Amino acid sequence: MLRRVAHAAEAERMPLARSSAGAFPDSAARRRYVVVLAVLIVLSVAFAFGLLAWDNPMPVGSEGFWRIANLRATNLLVIALVAICQAVATVSFQTVTTNRIITPSIMGFESLYRAVQTSTVYLFGVAGLVAMQGLGAFALQIAVMVGLAMLLYGWLLRGRYANLQIMLLIGIIIGGGLGAVATFMQRLLTPSEFDVLAARLFGNISNADPAYLPLAVPLCIAASALLWMRARRLNVMALGSDTATSLGVNHRRELMIVLFLVAVLMATSTALVGPMTFLGFLVATLAYQFADSHDHRLVFPVAVLTAFTIIAGAYFVMRNIFSAQGVVSIIIELVGGVVFLIVILRKGRL
Amino acid sequence: MITIERVRRAYSSEVEIGPVDLVIPGGGITALIGPNGAGKSTLLTMVGRLMGMDAGAIEIAGYDIATTKSADLAKIVSILRQENHFVTRLTVRQLVGFGRFPHTKGRLNRDDERIISQAIDFLDLGALEGRYLDELSGGQRQRAYVAMVLAQDTEVVLLDEPLNNLDMKHAVSMMAQLRRAADELGRTIVIVLHDINFAGHYADRICAMKNGQVVEFGEPAEIMTDEVLTRVFETPVQVIDGPHGPLAVYY
Repeated sequence: MLRRVAHAAEAERMPLARSSAGAFPDSAARRRYVVVLAVLIVLSVAFAFGLLAWDNPMPVGSEGFWRIANLRATNLLVIALVAICQAVATVSFQTVTTNRIITPSIMGFESLYRAVQTSTVYLFGVAGLVAMQGLGAFALQIAVMVGLAMLLYGWLLRGRYANLQIMLLIGIIIGGGLGAVATFMQRLLTPSEFDVLAARLFGNISNADPAYLPLAVPLCIAASALLWMRARRLNVMALGSDTATSLGVNHRRELMIVLFLVAVLMATSTALVGPMTFLGFLVATLAYQFADSHDHRLVFPVAVLTAFTIIAGAYFVMRNIFSAQGVVSIIIELVGGVVFLIVILRKGRL
Repeated sequence: MITIERVRRAYSSEVEIGPVDLVIPGGGITALIGPNGAGKSTLLTMVGRLMGMDAGAIEIAGYDIATTKSADLAKIVSILRQENHFVTRLTVRQLVGFGRFPHTKGRLNRDDERIISQAIDFLDLGALEGRYLDELSGGQRQRAYVAMVLAQDTEVVLLDEPLNNLDMKHAVSMMAQLRRAADELGRTIVIVLHDINFAGHYADRICAMKNGQVVEFGEPAEIMTDEVLTRVFETPVQVIDGPHGPLAVYY
């Protein structure tokens, strides 16, 4: 009906819309976004190149250079995987829960990882931890984490009094409980066992075994591609359950699908490199500021590039300045936290 | 046309909505009135399929809301609830643009932009369309939400207390705009109202609810009487002749 009126009034009206209802309110916002994206791409490429070329004794471009670079390329691939997993999962999770403070990592994924690693050492010693490697164990870890998450989501989101807030609260409590169990078991370990374990419990790019990649790469690509394809529906989900339903989105179903994909991404990242508690939150919050748009097709690339820049930058600094290969979560939490505070305090909103 | 047949929803053994039987004819404005806790909002949200019902059936324009796909229903019925809070930062125009989602799945073309402009102009938001929602007053935001619902271009529009937070001037202009939407655009508008005098003046039909039941349904002239209003609201109400029709005085 309004459509008909619109057509009738067409002749008298300006033929073009005055501004756009699309992703960018005006052309200045579009320009700004392109600049931000370009800067992030340049930074990502620079850090990637730095990781390949820094301290590489052979001249750039020679055969020897590429041989050494190839050895390091695995790390770069792991960084890219973690960046995609953490960024896409956190943004999607915050959207469907309409909450920008919690992240999927506090929903039990990382505590479960901690508990699994700790109890392995506790029960089977260091030998058990070494034995618990290989593609099978990796797949099993992912399956357990996704299974637990879906059990929790499914149980709490079905039924008459299904409530997202209660689900989040119970997730946090289960996470806290698992963390406490792990800490208790750690107290009972011998110092040498604890030492081996502690190295596993920091998010560490060097934790990643190249043998895991044949499974991690397809999982990461498939889950994030599916979320990318749902980007427009995610835009609507961000308006909350009532508005989304009124606009014809099956909220319950969409919520379960997105939470499943988020669980796959988080489990892959955690099983690959260990807990990155703060990274997802940091990246998502910075991405909202940088992209300054509600459209997930714009937020996702910015979030992934931001994550890649942060991890690659942290890895570069740790490796080449502190000679502490791979332990990136420490520097991410330190520097990232400061950057985060500055951005938030300057903008004054999440 | 909305057909509500033996619809029930129980909150507990004491608090129960229904069974409600009601036929709301197509076109015009139907106001839902009644004391707090009468079940007005619950009934409206059930019609808008935001809340399930325990028993009964609701049909909108011939479509059973329990069996029709939500995406298809979104093209014939839109609903605006009382509280709306979004985490995303949107301009007025972007918000109204979401109203086109059922038709375009998020890909806006020039036709959509034109409809969005129409809806924005319809609620006098032209000057504000580039502003972010968090920069607006409560009343302006309320108008933006209504513009979104109109841009959805549905036959039936359900509004849950859209006059909340509005001052006198904006409440009157909101009702005048809804009146125009019903008259000029042929929408069927069902609206929960707290001010009985707004219902008496602007609505074509009034449905009075009490304790989860529909107790009166008719034209304003039938409902705006001392006897009916006193019974529905359980407080002495006197209807006097005002300059623009009957006025209920209850204090």
